[in-house]
Amino acid sequence: MAEITLKGLAHSYEKTPKGAADYAIRQMDHVWHQGGAYALLGPSGCGKSTLLNIISGLLEPSEGDVLFDGQRVNELPPEERNIAQVFQFPVIYDTMTVFDNLAFPLRNMNTPEYRVKPKVLEVADILELTPLLDRKAKNLTADEKQKVSMGRGLVRDDVTAILFDEPLTVIDPQLKWKLRRKLKEIHERFNITMIYVTHDQLEASTFADKIAVMYEGQVVQFGTPRELFEHPAHTFVGYFIGSPGMNFMAVEHRDGQVMFGAQPLPVSEHMKHAVANASSANIKLGIRPEFIAISSSSSANSVPIQVISVQDLGTYSLLTFKLNEQTFKARLPEGHSPVSEAAFAHFDAAHVALYIDEYLVEAGHE
Amino acid sequence: MNNKVPNNRAWLLVLPMLLLVAFSAIIPLMTVVNYSVQDVLGPNASFFTGTEWFKSMLNDDALQAAFLRQISFSLIILAIQIPLGIGIALIMPKRGWQASAVLILITLPLLIPWNVVGSIWQIFTRGDIGLMGWGLRELGVEYNITRNAGDAWVTIILMDVWHWTPLVAMLCYSGLRSIPEAYYQAARIDRASKWAVFRYIQLPKLTNVLVIAVLLRFMHSFMIYAEPFVLTGGGPGSATTFLSQSLTTMAVGQQDLGPSAAFSLIYFLVILLVSWVFYTTIMNMQKDKSPHGGA
Repeated sequence: MAEITLKGLAHSYEKTPKGAADYAIRQMDHVWHQGGAYALLGPSGCGKSTLLNIISGLLEPSEGDVLFDGQRVNELPPEERNIAQVFQFPVIYDTMTVFDNLAFPLRNMNTPEYRVKPKVLEVADILELTPLLDRKAKNLTADEKQKVSMGRGLVRDDVTAILFDEPLTVIDPQLKWKLRRKLKEIHERFNITMIYVTHDQLEASTFADKIAVMYEGQVVQFGTPRELFEHPAHTFVGYFIGSPGMNFMAVEHRDGQVMFGAQPLPVSEHMKHAVANASSANIKLGIRPEFIAISSSSSANSVPIQVISVQDLGTYSLLTFKLNEQTFKARLPEGHSPVSEAAFAHFDAAHVALYIDEYLVEAGHE
Repeated sequence: MNNKVPNNRAWLLVLPMLLLVAFSAIIPLMTVVNYSVQDVLGPNASFFTGTEWFKSMLNDDALQAAFLRQISFSLIILAIQIPLGIGIALIMPKRGWQASAVLILITLPLLIPWNVVGSIWQIFTRGDIGLMGWGLRELGVEYNITRNAGDAWVTIILMDVWHWTPLVAMLCYSGLRSIPEAYYQAARIDRASKWAVFRYIQLPKLTNVLVIAVLLRFMHSFMIYAEPFVLTGGGPGSATTFLSQSLTTMAVGQQDLGPSAAFSLIYFLVILLVSWVFYTTIMNMQKDKSPHGGA
């Protein structure tokens, strides 16, 4: 059993990194608790896979420590770390049968054959691979192959964590869902720490209890899917989570008002105060499309907008509008009355969040 | 439903290809077939002999001996070059300037024409001025390729290994380079030994290039001509006379068109047969024995 701690971890593929841009992973601290189901979410190239390879030992971090239960394992090769990893493209041993594939890690550890067989049969049963055990692994379909690579991680009794590196990329959509459920089932059954790398927020939130969002080599937020949606700690999280992402406005404090360009914004006194006392000029207000109300008539706290288009997406409509030459998205509930080109937007003050230097400072208050 | 317009002009499009193949393969081959069933005595004097030439060729002691030598030669060089090529490919540097340098060095023998290779080794093995011949003599080793059949064989095999192992190594090297890094990573996580990585990842992934390498090397070595001809002239005696040299002597030296045509066809069919059997066997090995067997 292992709790995985990353302490002051940083990694660069350069020998002598010059600036922050040379780092694939920037200085970070993080703890993955034993038995958790975690997702590591972020766009391509944000360092997710690098981080995963550092945890499994395929890469040695250039700075900081990786601790398993408080023990420094930086120099331990993957074969000594009790960790399994499933890769983006299924890795199977072509010439072996499915049975031999599953037995491979056990046989490499010189497990006696009478203990190999029951273990392989058990894992094959869980993964529904039993009818395929005698088949050559080479001739399986992509999802069967990926199940075999997962199975190789599960047969070992000593595995305390399984790392998944976008394991469902090559799987058909309807099978993806099935395999994801299988993963959850396995997680509940075996009490294994699972870290799941993906760039798909839906995949992350259906699989994981907690999601770490990575951006430019850093974990910018670690929380439940709900927390990520409701209180994005970083503008990137707001933009990346949710569909469409959060709207952001670069604002400044002028003449006792919070100004978005030439447009004064109606915000709470509290927010106004926070903007006025900001320590940086990089001030942004964020609001999710779900919390922008559109109406045809002006009201006390509304701002005039120019409607560009309305897209009917079935259960809701997506409205695109312009305010101060910037494009915004708003979600209209089903059955919302049609809006004219010149309309008014009302930002729900309880859901306007303040970001300074891209990090959340003030969430909206009820 | 049938609304196809009958139009046989499409055949015209096939014609150029047909002509090309006819002139490059079919007509020459048919000429040989034609000769193989006739006894040509002069420009206007020939008569039909049926399978007579084939029978006499198959029963010819000298040719049978040459055939056995040929088979042994091919098997020996395959047994050496394939493992050696794999071994070289495995230890070749993977990246950086070293990789380029080694690649160039290793390709050099492949760029040398056959008869030049023969000449190089002919000089190399001379007892008076050749480095190897002289060196061995100075070391007190009896070595003479013009007198000792064993020495001649060893030298020819050495020469062929030197000339052609690079081809096998390069094919294997390209095969190895195409294995995704994830396989090696997964193997480390599965705690596979170096041998297991070779046996279960590298070797299976090399199967296809190895099939090509074996076929190329087999066909090539089975037709070998210029190198042994220049090096030993087929001697001492007929110890290193291979099939192609026997054929040349018969067809060009003695102008025995009928027998040599029959001989060529047998020669061709043997190569075809061996290659086909080998290829089919390998491809069958990759199939499932019981496609839908249960556990």
